[in-house]
Amino acid sequence: MAEASINKTNNDIAVRTVGVIKEYQMGGTILRALKGIDIEIKRGEYISIMGPSGSGKSTLFNMIGALDRPSAGTVYIDDVNLLELSPSEIAWLRCWKIGYIFQTFNLIPVMTALENVTLPMIFAGVSASERRKKGMELLAKVGLEQRADHKPSELSGGQQQRVAIARSLANGPSIILADEPTGNLDLRTGRDIINILREMNKEENVTVISATHDLKMLDVSDRVIYIRDGLVEQIKARSELKLEIGTIEGEQ
Amino acid sequence: MAQGAKGEIRSQIELPFTEAIRISFQSLRIRFWRSMITTAGILLGIAFFVAVLSGAEITRVMVERRGSQAVITAIDDVQTGRISAQQIWLIVMSLIVCVVGIANSMLMAVTERFREIGTMKCLGALNKFVVELFLLESGFQGLAGAVIGAFVGFISIMLLNLKDYGLDVFLGFPQYILRVLMYMGIACILGMVLAVIGAAGPAYRAAQLPPAEAMRVEV
Repeated sequence: MAEASINKTNNDIAVRTVGVIKEYQMGGTILRALKGIDIEIKRGEYISIMGPSGSGKSTLFNMIGALDRPSAGTVYIDDVNLLELSPSEIAWLRCWKIGYIFQTFNLIPVMTALENVTLPMIFAGVSASERRKKGMELLAKVGLEQRADHKPSELSGGQQQRVAIARSLANGPSIILADEPTGNLDLRTGRDIINILREMNKEENVTVISATHDLKMLDVSDRVIYIRDGLVEQIKARSELKLEIGTIEGEQ
Repeated sequence: MAQGAKGEIRSQIELPFTEAIRISFQSLRIRFWRSMITTAGILLGIAFFVAVLSGAEITRVMVERRGSQAVITAIDDVQTGRISAQQIWLIVMSLIVCVVGIANSMLMAVTERFREIGTMKCLGALNKFVVELFLLESGFQGLAGAVIGAFVGFISIMLLNLKDYGLDVFLGFPQYILRVLMYMGIACILGMVLAVIGAAGPAYRAAQLPPAEAMRVEV
């Protein structure tokens, strides 16, 4: 019915949200973090979701990543309605289709860099020898093959985030979701991370969606979605942005 | 249409049990000292439990062997050769110490790893696998703590009685050993079951949470 037409027209849409609302119960009051978000993200795009703290961008990130359920509305990933999926199918989706990167890295502290990178492959049922081979390749990709046997605590913040990027790529996802990936990093390390993400985006045609308030990120984004008070304030393509970045940097 | 597109989404595979055992063992080994503290909590509860029960049994046998006059003990009812009200009180206390201690140890051990659970779910872990992992870990810890605790409890009560009754304690050995072994067996099962039950609640709750929420929990 309605869905059939959507499929025909949106083959190149990686993520679509329709009227996504998220409410949190905070004591006696209900907090509306998202008040109806409608966005479409094309395959292979590099998207930044921008907005001040508390604007709802992390909440939106969680909705898109199937990490939390919306109170109302629907999220489609590759035209599949997440609400229709069983828990097991959601787990499969998280395992194979989406790679996650977090501000706080979220590496498993007791595992080495290599073990962290190969963990998603365990869940995917990849054999031990294959895991090791692929894990080392991914670590080499982010320039950390020498650090394979180091624990997260023995790595710098930038290195930890690079391990997290390698981990997010473990099962060849079509979408990478990054929540403030440069938030805990200094300027230069942050730029390195952004460059790696951009390379992945260009070389493997991975859709990158990043919640951020790092202005460096704007430089590489195809489009920027501005969120304010749980609503989409505006969406800008890169061509419209160039000018603004200039003025912002000029002002500083 | 949903059929065609949804066909791409498959059900997540269930990992073999051996994989869960491997990961949980590895996790215990790597967090050796943290696991030891949890295990020690179980150990102490079980040791107390075994010591109280075995102590009562050894005293009973000593009374049989020497007559009540010769028994150096403050417990009044000991003449009857039955477990006194005070001993029942002690046993109940030891059980409570055991239950509360183990439940608390497991609760802490799981709660401090909520973020890890959320992360694992992000990477494709099934709820079932997360629960399995934690139950296995707690089961191993419970069993290890209980077995060691049972021996520690028995050995300490033997030493105490050795002080009171001298070598008589060893001469009475055949009379009480069967019972004591039974108490130790019960204690081992109790320790493991309590550890698994203690972990099951928080592990199940953590596994059910959407990953975003599990990762938000700060301990």
